[in-house]
Amino acid sequence: MSDFAIELKGIDKSFGLVRANKDINLSVRKGTIHGIIGENGAGKSTLMSILYGFYQADDGDIFIDGEKTVIKDPNAAIASGIGMVHQHFMLVENFTVLENIMLGAEESQILTAGIAKARDELRRLEDEYELEVDPDAIIEELPVGLQQRVEILKALYRGAEILILDEPTGVLTPAEADHLFRILEQLKSEGKTIVLITHKLREIMAVTDEVSVMRRGEMVATRTTSETSVEELAELMVGRRVLLQVDKGPATPGDVLLAVEGLTVRDSRGVDMVKDVSFEVRAGEIVGIAGVAGNGQSELLQAITGIRRGTKGRVLLNGEPIRVTGHADPAELRHRGLAHVPEDRQHMGLVLKFDESENSILGYHDDPKYLNGLFLNIDAIRKDAADKIEKYDIRPPNPRLKTANFSGGNQQKIVLAREMERDPPVLVIGQPTRGVDVGAIEFIHKRIIEMRDAGKAVLLVSVELDEIRSLADRVLVMFDGRVVGERSPETGEGELGLLMAGVEDAKEAAQ
Amino acid sequence: MEYFDTLIVILQSTVRVSVPLILAALAGLYSERSGIFDIGLEGKMLAAAFAGGAAAAVTGSALIGLGAAILVSVFLALVHAFASITQRGNQIVSGVAINFIALGATVILGQAWFRQGGRTPQLGEGARFSTVELPFAAEIANVPILGPIYSNLLSGHFLLTYLAFALVPFTWWVLYRTRFGLRLRAVGENPGAVDTAGISVTWMRYRAVICCGILCGIAGAYLSMAMTAGFVKGMTAGKGFIALAALIFAKWKPVNVMFACLLFGFLDAMSIRMQGNELPLIGEVPVQFMQALPYVLTVVLLAGFIGKAIPPKAGGVPYVKER
Repeated sequence: MSDFAIELKGIDKSFGLVRANKDINLSVRKGTIHGIIGENGAGKSTLMSILYGFYQADDGDIFIDGEKTVIKDPNAAIASGIGMVHQHFMLVENFTVLENIMLGAEESQILTAGIAKARDELRRLEDEYELEVDPDAIIEELPVGLQQRVEILKALYRGAEILILDEPTGVLTPAEADHLFRILEQLKSEGKTIVLITHKLREIMAVTDEVSVMRRGEMVATRTTSETSVEELAELMVGRRVLLQVDKGPATPGDVLLAVEGLTVRDSRGVDMVKDVSFEVRAGEIVGIAGVAGNGQSELLQAITGIRRGTKGRVLLNGEPIRVTGHADPAELRHRGLAHVPEDRQHMGLVLKFDESENSILGYHDDPKYLNGLFLNIDAIRKDAADKIEKYDIRPPNPRLKTANFSGGNQQKIVLAREMERDPPVLVIGQPTRGVDVGAIEFIHKRIIEMRDAGKAVLLVSVELDEIRSLADRVLVMFDGRVVGERSPETGEGELGLLMAGVEDAKEAAQ
Repeated sequence: MEYFDTLIVILQSTVRVSVPLILAALAGLYSERSGIFDIGLEGKMLAAAFAGGAAAAVTGSALIGLGAAILVSVFLALVHAFASITQRGNQIVSGVAINFIALGATVILGQAWFRQGGRTPQLGEGARFSTVELPFAAEIANVPILGPIYSNLLSGHFLLTYLAFALVPFTWWVLYRTRFGLRLRAVGENPGAVDTAGISVTWMRYRAVICCGILCGIAGAYLSMAMTAGFVKGMTAGKGFIALAALIFAKWKPVNVMFACLLFGFLDAMSIRMQGNELPLIGEVPVQFMQALPYVLTVVLLAGFIGKAIPPKAGGVPYVKER
């Protein structure tokens, strides 16, 4: 027996020329919740994949419960009592909960006996850890919070003593996240060891006992959570001081530049995703739309920007109506001064196989300054791209590099540079910092505030409540396709969280 | 009574022509449920038909012929598996390649070995499969209604025919009641889930493709050694593709597959029966139209009448571990 559930000594791992993990040492105490934080690409996931047997370390040793262990595949990890809850759930969506839990642990060739046993065992686990879930429900019909619970049950069913959770709260509402943390506490009290990987500092502070920080493939520090601070951890992660609070003065709203009146959007299944939504965005203000993902924000954005057809209502850009219910034309909207940073940059904002310079003019490629008669003026485009690269600190600074080779944060900067440098009067931004690391978030937030201060109307949609609260001048909360409330950004997180969960009289409930 | 007899004859021939469809479609089901699209059913069947016909002609043994058919078909399946699982190649390209190889190789080898214009020699008794009479078939043949159904429709088929129909519930049982089936379905939907559960995605998919090869082998053997007595070039005549259509039509479910294949078989049998006959009101219908009918209906059915057929989610996509 050892005090440590996991000890990693000198773990090294390279992919081609990239050293993802450099001489990593990590000790996780038994029966604790141990956080691992770091920016995207810091090597957290690689390290955990090594622990779970997805990859073999090039060098170094793994000790589980004091014993040197070779983990050559996930089977070996499961046998050593390691369970993993992946960021993207590893569930078969059209299987039942029971089938998912049994998969790989069926006991015998014919399922019948195993099913009965799994059912009993599942009931026992549910009672013990308060993890209720209907064993016969189909996964794709469950909300994500419950799907995650199935992932946890899967690990426990296989007898996991060590549970690794990779970015578990990314898809959860604040309430669901709180519930998850209560479950983790419960598991801890039963003697399980939990490793929590996240880039959200607040979560680390809330639930972990100890925290290790990774930066560029190295383990730079381990702290006892109660003896550290958010500021110190952020600095350790990024390697320099980071402004966590956005610096902004009061807004000076001017004319209404974007007005949405009674907009309803029906999706292809005939379900109304946006229901009779009305609001205005004035010059010089940022209106934030908060809400749990999937409550109509995406459809709203798409209808305003002409990507999706609305069923009813009007949208006025600069006082002039745009064709919302007919065949809208995103290109025309661009020319009329509505710039759009789409929620999903990899699918809608960029063509990943294009060069950086090609993406930096996407949608504006018919601008005469990029053209040479019928042909593209490649030199002008590259020159233009190089200017944006410098201004937005896009790295690596190479306009000819394939866009797929840039990190998430830099890809987002490419999109922002393209849209913001047109100097549009109206800017619609979806999820500006999804999957973007702390250093780049700071930069992007600054630029958005600058746009506001330059008198632009900014509509911001984000599932990160913190982001909405720190950037927006007014906050609209969407739930089930409706705007269920408007609040000032100073409103407490509890009240906004309840609004996001559809509790209309959130103020009283929060008290 | 005349119509009833006609119906029995048509149904009997429906069963006869449906068998290779059922075998091939079930073959495709194993492969596609594991996430490996197989457009090469046709080629595997054709190669198996040739191998079966050739081996049976040379050795005079139907069993050796069947063995050779299965062996060749499994070999081609493994080529497809190697290209699309191990090498992560494009599954459609690999399948098409197998179809072309089979089409060409059977003719060339047939001509080189037997010099009968791409045919294999006519198979005699013992070298081909014979039909099985069910007990008392002759005795109750004269009982009205039930007699013809039992003696002419249910009895008197090849062993492979009974095998094909038995494989339908068996496949259902394998898919939904065994560990292999659970993992097979899982690997076609989300190979990541299978991988993280400590099961080898590669090995699961290879096994599924081997099952596909075996069934295509039997289908091919049925064509050249049971339905007819010898291989004729191009004798699969698109049956592999019809089976593929039936598989989609059936939404990748074993019992549906059987009914879909019977439907296509029935259309085929009808078209043979109707040739040269006058239809009321319309008069004589050109042979070509009747022959085209199953294909036309396939297109119509697939285009409009079955709702959305959702293929296994990971189908056609080589599995690459995430970072």
